[in-house]
Amino acid sequence: MSGHKMEFPITWGMVIDIDKCTGCGACMASCQTENNVEPQREASNKLRATSWMLVYELTNDKAFPNHDIAYLPRPCQQCGNPPCVSVCPVIATDKNENGGIVSQVYPRCIGCRYCVAACPYHVRYFGWYDPIWPEGMEKTLSPMTSVRPRGVVEKCTFCHHRWTQAKDAARVAGKDPDNLDDGAYVTSCVQNCPSGALAFGDIKNPKHKVHELVKSPYAFRLLERLGTDTQVYYISRREWVRKLGDNYLKSE
Amino acid sequence: MEEKRSNSAGGVGGMALFALIGFVGALVVGWGIFPKMLYSQKTQPIRFSHTVHTQLGIECEQCHHLGPDGRFAGLPSTESCAECHGEETGDTSANGKEIDKFVKDYVKTGRQVPWLVYQYQPDNVFFSHAAHKGFECTKCHLDVAKTDTPPPYYENRLSGYSKDTMKMWECERCHASMGTSNACFVCHK
Repeated sequence: MSGHKMEFPITWGMVIDIDKCTGCGACMASCQTENNVEPQREASNKLRATSWMLVYELTNDKAFPNHDIAYLPRPCQQCGNPPCVSVCPVIATDKNENGGIVSQVYPRCIGCRYCVAACPYHVRYFGWYDPIWPEGMEKTLSPMTSVRPRGVVEKCTFCHHRWTQAKDAARVAGKDPDNLDDGAYVTSCVQNCPSGALAFGDIKNPKHKVHELVKSPYAFRLLERLGTDTQVYYISRREWVRKLGDNYLKSE
Repeated sequence: MEEKRSNSAGGVGGMALFALIGFVGALVVGWGIFPKMLYSQKTQPIRFSHTVHTQLGIECEQCHHLGPDGRFAGLPSTESCAECHGEETGDTSANGKEIDKFVKDYVKTGRQVPWLVYQYQPDNVFFSHAAHKGFECTKCHLDVAKTDTPPPYYENRLSGYSKDTMKMWECERCHASMGTSNACFVCHK
């Protein structure tokens, strides 16, 4: 399972244009409601709060007038060679399905948090508390995602349930569920991004626009040198932003 | 020595007797008492007769169909039942009384019938009826079309699930024999 890259005929990928991101946080909010993440009791406590999608603020550390900032939304990077999968002692997380989405099965997770430590992108969250929806807010619960109990690890699944729904819709319409149209399956954050910074589709399908976007000379991936081979690409026309995507020596 | 020998001679018969009693007792507990203790028996809120409806020529899909977006619509709503059963019949037969009970309790009050679903899956399972359309319904479901009285619903007292809920190994076995992927996210959410 570990150490070798897996190839799938369908490879769901996200392309995030950092230059278009305004840092509004609509992706974070829509992700939380879509995926039944409980209303956070203390969101400022970053060691205990859960946010499958998280927007980071980047800065070039220069003084005015050269000061510049950027926002970087961070979902699960769905690594081609996921460090979390190789450390899981109970195969609660795996990458073995067409589409290349790293799965997480909550009833099987024993909460050892090896994967939390192994993930270089900090996308994995441990449930420190029993989830509680304040009275009335339980009406926002979605039947499409299961609710996690305390004591297991959770993470972004690329709104995997939307894929199963899209496949069902294709089947009923008499279309091929393994060759979905561009836009038939998009994640909640992509759908709700007001500035169009997020794009989603099958990287290997030439009919999907992400197929072209990942070939952009401005495209890069986070910590590419680790060999994780992620399925999330970022685009920025600013060189300092691209430089922040990985660790470089001073001489480079 | 004498005493010891007579003891062991009597012990063999006694032990065989006790072993037999223990064996039979274990069978009674394991096959009879424990399953009865584990499952509580419930009956459907309305004695819906599938036979009467199938004899009228109604197909399964007329009430249990897929939605336009591919989602399974499940059980019909009170409103769709009321298209035929909108008024009390006043019929004094057993079936007539049951229809009147349905009309009085659910149609007039506008409530949905809390049907007990024999194969309801846990909330972390996604089952696609659209993907399994090629199979006969009865391959997985009870053949309720042949029942005049709905079979009793057995609820596991520990897990709260129905006895007839398909187990993961059953899903996996069929997927394996069909050459379909058994990856976690094929069925889990």
